[in-house]
Amino acid sequence: MDVLKTTLPYIISGISVGGQYALIAIGYTMVYGILRLINFAHGDVFMVAGLMMVYLAASLPLYLAIPLVIILTVLLGFTIERVAYKPLRTAPRMSVMISAIGVSYLLQNLALYITGGLNKNYPAIPWISDRISIFGMETSRVTVITPFLTIILVFLLVQLINHTKIGMAMRAVSRDFETSQLMGIQINRVISATFIIGTFLAAVGSILFFTNYPGVVPTSGAMPGLKAFVAAVFGGIGSIPGAVIGAFIIGIAESIIKGLDTILIVNGVIDEQIGLATFSDAFTFVLLIIILVFKPTGLFGEKSTDKV
Amino acid sequence: MLKIENLHVSYGGIRALRGISLEVPDGKIVTLIGANGAGKSTTLRTISGLVKADSGSIIYDGEELLGMPIYKILEKGIAQVPEGRRVFTNLTVRENLKIGAYLRNDKEQIEKDLEWVYELFPRLKERDWQLAGTLSGGEQQMLAVARALMSKPKLIMMDEPSLGLAPLVVKGIFDIIREINAQGVLLIEQNANMALKIADYAYVLETGRIGLTGTGRELLVNEEVRKAYLGS
Repeated sequence: MDVLKTTLPYIISGISVGGQYALIAIGYTMVYGILRLINFAHGDVFMVAGLMMVYLAASLPLYLAIPLVIILTVLLGFTIERVAYKPLRTAPRMSVMISAIGVSYLLQNLALYITGGLNKNYPAIPWISDRISIFGMETSRVTVITPFLTIILVFLLVQLINHTKIGMAMRAVSRDFETSQLMGIQINRVISATFIIGTFLAAVGSILFFTNYPGVVPTSGAMPGLKAFVAAVFGGIGSIPGAVIGAFIIGIAESIIKGLDTILIVNGVIDEQIGLATFSDAFTFVLLIIILVFKPTGLFGEKSTDKV
Repeated sequence: MLKIENLHVSYGGIRALRGISLEVPDGKIVTLIGANGAGKSTTLRTISGLVKADSGSIIYDGEELLGMPIYKILEKGIAQVPEGRRVFTNLTVRENLKIGAYLRNDKEQIEKDLEWVYELFPRLKERDWQLAGTLSGGEQQMLAVARALMSKPKLIMMDEPSLGLAPLVVKGIFDIIREINAQGVLLIEQNANMALKIADYAYVLETGRIGLTGTGRELLVNEEVRKAYLGS
């Protein structure tokens, strides 16, 4: 009982972090599903969304700044695809990937130039930043909101993909570019739609994520981006439910490891802090290695069938 | 009517088509026969806009198709059944058919046409909610043909519809080809015997050039054709 009681707060905060990773991971997995591209710039777009919030909230009321951040982030995602990936549509996949890495560094360096590398304090958003107490844990309301918002957005996304014309086109394009074109589908539109959805979710994720952190620096997108990517691979890249479940698992596991010292001390297993929390990041990547070795297609990934 | 004149196409550095000319009149079945690599598929892929031509012209209904985006060509009424079926295995049978009607907005008529193709291919109706990937090869080929029909094409182009199918299934597909002939068919076949039997007119393609031409019957009894393509 004590174990549960001491672990529960970490699980709750883990679910919240997991939700944030999930919102980023969907962008990776959808883009991969359609373009077979790992969009390395995705984590940095997430960071830029954070920075935009910092600057916009400084001069605008939040009810304008929040939608504006979302719109501008979506526009950024759309533009990156059009400028950096679309011209390479028929190029080898490696070229597109290198272009993505280039965009990633470009965004980070632009952010460095604009911020001077200083930590920018993320604005407090009334209500969602408010401190609350649940199960004896002090946290902000965003911790509770995140998983619900994530689940609602994922549900809407799945509806879109399974029950609308554009969703059907996305599924068709993800399977076969050429035949999709023969059906009259304009694949560039479908690809743009994919980037728009992916960056929209990342923008929402960034608001939830940075509210829980002191501020934004140019490399703020790297770690959450990488973790979300691992979540997508863990769940089976290309699969949306896979990415979401992978993200929640990683979020919860990470959070428990962060609190492992405390949990063990309270339960009398160890006497003092032994620094297990340091392994929380390592855990994610060990998980990546394990999944790549034993089940490269991830939890829900399809076997890659080579097209004839 | 589709009219191709002096069409040149290079494909990965190879000159796949070296000035071919051919016609597909309305309501006729025209077949292109020839060995592997003769340029049959390239011809179809150039008509549907998947491949860019070097020079020449493809006129359909008085309009130049070269340079037109793929969806515009489909909108003009030319649909292609690609080689190897290429059904969307991750979509249901019904979704595959609906995606065939992707450019259409007449919802009610689409539903009616869905019923119509289900009448043509009752097997597909039984499999309505199954993923296309679970269908047999023959059923997938039916689905590929039905999917093309859903765009209400005036001209339907078929690339090797008999490939890898049992003779009985092939016959079924060819019966359907005959049935929908009113709309005009451009057919590519390795199975030259069957193709020539149903074709009104036939062209023999040899390494990117048109060789013999004639009605299906004429080529069927032609000595050269018999030796090269009919194996007798």
